[in-house]
Amino acid sequence: MKPVYIAGAGMTQFGRSEWTLMQLASVASLAALHHANLGETPVDGVVVANMGAARVNRQTALGSALVDQLALYPATAESVENGPASGASAFKVGVQAIASGMADVVLVTGVERMRVVNGLEGTDFVASLSHPEAEYIYGVTLPALAGMFARLVMDKFGVERKHLAMVAIKNHENAAKNPYAHIRQTVTMEGILTLPEAAVNNPLIADPLHMFDCCPVSDGAASLVLVSEDVAAKLGGPRVRVAGIGQATDTHAVHEREDPTDLKSVRLAAGTAFDRAGLKPQDVDVVELHDAFTILEIAESEASGFFPRGEGHKALERGETRLDGVLPINPSGGLKAKGHPVGATGVAQLVELVWQLRGECDARQVKDAKVAYACNFGGFGNNVVASVLQREA
Amino acid sequence: MGNISDLEALLRPPAMDMPVYPPKAITLASGETMVVRQVAREEVPTLLEAIYPLLWVERDFYDIVAARLFGELLAYKRYRVKDEYVLVGLIDGVLAGMVNGRLVDEETGMSYHTLTIRRGLRVGSHLFAAKMEYHIEHCQQEEVLIVAESPIGFRRWMIEYPLEKRFEVQHEMGGVPSWVLPKDVYYAAKPRLVSGHRPISDELMQSAASIALPEEETVVRQVAGEREEQR
Repeated sequence: MKPVYIAGAGMTQFGRSEWTLMQLASVASLAALHHANLGETPVDGVVVANMGAARVNRQTALGSALVDQLALYPATAESVENGPASGASAFKVGVQAIASGMADVVLVTGVERMRVVNGLEGTDFVASLSHPEAEYIYGVTLPALAGMFARLVMDKFGVERKHLAMVAIKNHENAAKNPYAHIRQTVTMEGILTLPEAAVNNPLIADPLHMFDCCPVSDGAASLVLVSEDVAAKLGGPRVRVAGIGQATDTHAVHEREDPTDLKSVRLAAGTAFDRAGLKPQDVDVVELHDAFTILEIAESEASGFFPRGEGHKALERGETRLDGVLPINPSGGLKAKGHPVGATGVAQLVELVWQLRGECDARQVKDAKVAYACNFGGFGNNVVASVLQREA
Repeated sequence: MGNISDLEALLRPPAMDMPVYPPKAITLASGETMVVRQVAREEVPTLLEAIYPLLWVERDFYDIVAARLFGELLAYKRYRVKDEYVLVGLIDGVLAGMVNGRLVDEETGMSYHTLTIRRGLRVGSHLFAAKMEYHIEHCQQEEVLIVAESPIGFRRWMIEYPLEKRFEVQHEMGGVPSWVLPKDVYYAAKPRLVSGHRPISDELMQSAASIALPEEETVVRQVAGEREEQR
């Protein structure tokens, strides 16, 4: 396979947007193209990631629409829907196009406009990723699945509510330094857990998860420009290489798993990504994990190989995952505070890592970051894409 | 008709004795302290200044809430509404939100509006709870009539408490079929939804003695969201 580089990265601010789906996608794409500074080099292909547009925005064939919006004809166009892992799946499709020699420049854009519908409908459309006969018809939602998962993990490994709150506090603190984040508001242990007021400030959502354990519902878009080695050499500037991608699946229904607390698909996807990169978790300097719920950051940090199983919350307690820790996790603020426009999330994680590897993150910059890792968690762990990026000197 | 004072007396609604809302302090998720206190009529112009830029913000029905609240506050200041009260939430003396309502009679309260300026910290939820606390605990009323203009309000009041239907009563907000918070439902919800402590220190009370307003641009941004940026 030919090497693949990321030449440009851009995104819109996450939050609630008045822009149309295509405006969001276009702005992020133009930002990434501007960042890549391609000049006259044409874009060969466009891949758009999205989960809910057909349902909540009544728009399909987003790849073709974005090509038209940006006048990139006759570039090839694809749309990728893979639940919450749509972003990293689209990234993988783009990487494959360049690695196979079919393209030299591919624009990968993830976009979602979820706030156009009310919270109930938004929750329902995301819940449609669950097993239709075993889960969805019984009213399962993602917060419900995450709540049950959290309870099991807490019972098994001694994770407490204070650890979940620590994830939220850390990620809100990071997001406060990120101008693209949905929520730029710090929170405190007293305000969300220990004082009597915390019962009102941080109400129960799905036991044991409270409001500040859950990501917000966001609109937004993020884009990457992938290029071949030849194009990267011509462009000059910092070179961020796609070192490895891994993907793995698991049972659709969570209860069919031998051990529902074992995120096997994360473990397998991460293992494949690191093998392909020729790197180990210990080589990683900065990480973006799919913390749609705080418990997932802890569990994914273990399943990705950064900490032994059942030890993620202890590393968190020691401050290792803070921005100034030995392994900063979610410097962007994560899904928890940066926001979670579902189809854009996997791309946005990589946008943050590209900026980190290029040293462009200002107040939230991780010092001397050279190797980065992202985990885009689809379904409730039934389809996971892991990516390893590396900065070349 | 005798003189202008006699006429004014006829134009003003009769007033009941209303207890003063005792100020309280609430620690928010951010760790900041919000003081909730009642405002006097002479403070109304400051509140109108804060509301004014929101008259054109359609998001979450802020325009309707702002316009109606503007009128209600004017009516309160100039004695054209019966037994109205206004509470504000102040963080470091800066206005974070406001609520108002009135007493229909000794038994029944009428909730008017809840307007949050500092969003994302459940300021509106705390202030609405303070309003219910005022009606039920301090005014000793049996029930409060409530409607919501926005889906957010519906979720916060009708579902979270939960309120009961009283659809045979038209609420003063547009004649919408009313919902009601009876005393027993209030007390059942109180542990979940009503918080804060009293008395508050002199220092804290001093910090909330006057109302400072955020910049107009800040008010609109906090309410309508950050301006969209690109890289």
